[in-house]
Amino acid sequence: MRIKSHPILGDIPKRKLVKIEVDGRTIEAFEGEPIAAALLAAGIKVFRRTVKRREPRGLFCTIGQCTDCMMTVNGMPNVRTCITPVEEGMEISTQIGRGERS
Amino acid sequence: MNGEIAPTKAITLEELRNTPGFPSEKRLSLGRVAVIECPEEIPCNPCEFACPKEAIKIGQPITNLPQLIEERCDGCGICIPSCPGLAIFVVDLTYSKTQALVEFPHEFLPLPKDGQEVDATDRHGKVLTKGEVVKVRNPKGYNSTPVISLAVPRRYANEVRGILGGVRIG
Amino acid sequence: MDAEVAVVGAGPAGLSASIEAARLGAKIVLIDENGKPGGQLFKQIHKFFGSMEHLAGLRGYDIGNKLWQRAMELKINVMLNTTVFGIFGDKTLGLLTTMGSEILRAQRIILATGGSENTIAFPGWTLPGVMGAGAAQTLINVHRVLPGKRILMVGSGNVGLIVSYQLLQAGAEVVALVEAAPKIGGYRVHAAKIQRAGVPIMVSHTVKRAHGRDYVEAATIVRVDDDLKMIPGTEKTFDVDTICLAVGLTPLSELAWMSGCKFIFVPTLGGHVPIHNEDLETTVEGIYVAGDIAGIEEASIAMEEGRLAGIAAAESLGYAREEATKLKKEIKERVQQLRRGPFGEDRYLAKQRIMKVAPR
Repeated sequence: MRIKSHPILGDIPKRKLVKIEVDGRTIEAFEGEPIAAALLAAGIKVFRRTVKRREPRGLFCTIGQCTDCMMTVNGMPNVRTCITPVEEGMEISTQIGRGERS
Repeated sequence: MNGEIAPTKAITLEELRNTPGFPSEKRLSLGRVAVIECPEEIPCNPCEFACPKEAIKIGQPITNLPQLIEERCDGCGICIPSCPGLAIFVVDLTYSKTQALVEFPHEFLPLPKDGQEVDATDRHGKVLTKGEVVKVRNPKGYNSTPVISLAVPRRYANEVRGILGGVRIG
Repeated sequence: MDAEVAVVGAGPAGLSASIEAARLGAKIVLIDENGKPGGQLFKQIHKFFGSMEHLAGLRGYDIGNKLWQRAMELKINVMLNTTVFGIFGDKTLGLLTTMGSEILRAQRIILATGGSENTIAFPGWTLPGVMGAGAAQTLINVHRVLPGKRILMVGSGNVGLIVSYQLLQAGAEVVALVEAAPKIGGYRVHAAKIQRAGVPIMVSHTVKRAHGRDYVEAATIVRVDDDLKMIPGTEKTFDVDTICLAVGLTPLSELAWMSGCKFIFVPTLGGHVPIHNEDLETTVEGIYVAGDIAGIEEASIAMEEGRLAGIAAAESLGYAREEATKLKKEIKERVQQLRRGPFGEDRYLAKQRIMKVAPR
């Protein structure tokens, strides 16, 4: 959920809205915000599934250190979504395991 | 439930009365005065520099507890938004025959409007009584720490420290 | 590429170090792996504690802006989106930029890499919705997105207390804050802010498990005894969608290990810390540390340490020899003040212990 107004930071800055696709579903995102922020704002919490047990993983550190939030972006697996900026038309999918085609 | 215990208590009035930032009964009875609820020796001194009357003293080292020099304090409240710990309040027991004025920082949305009736809360966020918002001050110099002046029944003057409305999903 | 001083990390310590060293005349290259400078300063929306003479009372992001502006005035060469992947013999740094890799030869290196958040493991801790408190802080204050609506905060140090408050400001509900120790760890004025907003702080409690199939839907907390053992029968389960972990930080010290710096284990300062002397020089001559890598403290001290390391590095290169002694003395006095009182004492003593084993 977006924080539209804030007692210290004021209203949310106006940025360009773009469309991205997540597992086939189109969502709106702000251009340049981290992919992970756009997904959370759209209520998406599961970013990938683990190699052996297919357990869900999501955002953990938000600063590019832990790699829990890796997804497949434009066909490229293992992209850290917390530090990768949104671009118009990006195709993002839940990463299964190491990102091999299942 | 088995083994349930209560949440940790907030700092008590008795503890606060034993700190040098808390005004005496006598000074409180004379009208507007700052109440500094800062009980630990932490390295911090913006309040000392904020006061134009030099009514707050910390000195060296900066871990000294802030001391209120109560005869110098006129309760102007400029120290309220200067405190990074949001631990300074102003109390005026002489506000009216039955009411006291309590002033506190309120960094939440939505801000109440002047004249609005609100739920006044204590140091645990528990509603104590109704209060009337007398004024909301939020000039640039306060740097986004609005200060609310709230009129409450006088017996709650040392207990009321906020209003309901911190939680706002979305 | 060459630099007189290479500074790694553009947070409060690295920026302060670069500014001081540049001001005294040294040629700096300041490197940061992030796209924006400031480290974690820009997510700090609260007014800072500390001495009024040194920016206390300003909000963290204002301090970040001021430091960045100063660095720009001094025309410091800043390389963002650049990772230092290694430090090799004779102070050669391997850089990974967006263009490829590059070599930087430096005469002095200041490591200001900061710290990383600790975690604790419990059943369900890998579920989406369990995250670092600092992670939640980045989301709400930088990216303006709520991680969830109902939060359980774990840990009552200043980070746990401040982030709880900021989650409330962002519009979330903090259902409870649990602390395994029998008392609140951070400043009581920070605790008072969230208590006033109605957040229950449960000391001698910890999180026992997170529930949920694909993400956090509830959390169970439990009371612990004096030995931090869970007491059966004292569990309590809340509906929450987010569990934030504020359980301390660890120095990010890989580059110091790689450079051959000697370390000392100091739990008070977050674990293994590169041994350093009064001027923050490590056991490898010409390599300095400043900020959380030199022991987990807070931003005001990180800035002072940065200044000190910057001045010391410049001085060792022959800049400002007369001025340096006086400047360093002033900073050391200020740092000593920041480490006084019940919260600073242990860190002061720990630092003393490190300096005792450090080379002169």
